[in-house]
Amino acid sequence: MTYMTDRKRVEGLGSARSGTGHFWSMTVTSVALLILTPLFLFSFGPLLGQPHADVVTALSHPFRAIIAALMLVVTFHHFRLGVATLIEDYVRGMARKIAIIMTIILSYGLMGAGLVALAQIAL
Amino acid sequence: MADVNRGNRPLSPHLQIYRPQLNSMTSIMNRLTGNALLLGSVLIVWWLIAAATGPEYFATADGLLTSILGKLVMLGSIWALWYHALAGVRHLVWDTGHGLEVAMADKMGWGIIIGSVVLTVLTVIVI
Repeated sequence: MTYMTDRKRVEGLGSARSGTGHFWSMTVTSVALLILTPLFLFSFGPLLGQPHADVVTALSHPFRAIIAALMLVVTFHHFRLGVATLIEDYVRGMARKIAIIMTIILSYGLMGAGLVALAQIAL
Repeated sequence: MADVNRGNRPLSPHLQIYRPQLNSMTSIMNRLTGNALLLGSVLIVWWLIAAATGPEYFATADGLLTSILGKLVMLGSIWALWYHALAGVRHLVWDTGHGLEVAMADKMGWGIIIGSVVLTVLTVIVI
């Protein structure tokens, strides 16, 4: 007879009712990124290496600014979930929790920094 | 539930003795490219912050991103982006319940590898 409780058995295995939330969110962001990635690559890529004034002018254009902003939001949302899966696969215990929290902070940090920079350029 | 047999069940194959095959390799590469894209995205966000700060700081960031090393990272990121995108499409197909047979999965695996290289070359030409 083992003293394994039901609580112990399900801990960390995903809770009822939100178990598919992660999967669905990954599906939606993947589809969104399939549209955004080519748009971003071809509208943003050519700006690297351009003079500062030209970059500011180009990013002030609403289309480019919107694509770049959406790319930042969706990419880092997708990134946060993906890295969390990686951590869940390889890291255990308290280190796992700390690593996931750090990933979330990093993702939203980069997203926020990019969005503010974009707003400062575009406005 | 507490008396379920947990000791005598088949183990999943350990990575060290598992024969590498196209599916496992393309799957590992998908994870690798997805996480490695952090480097490129940090550089791009930094470049954006520099552009928002002013022409002088922008020149520093832009100089680094367009240096040989920076270009190598950007080229690698473009490939990783396309690879991860195509591998993601395969996952979306799998999620519908299609293409799960080994032959079809292998076919899509080669599609990811060749497609990502072709798209990278095309992107570099266009950009």
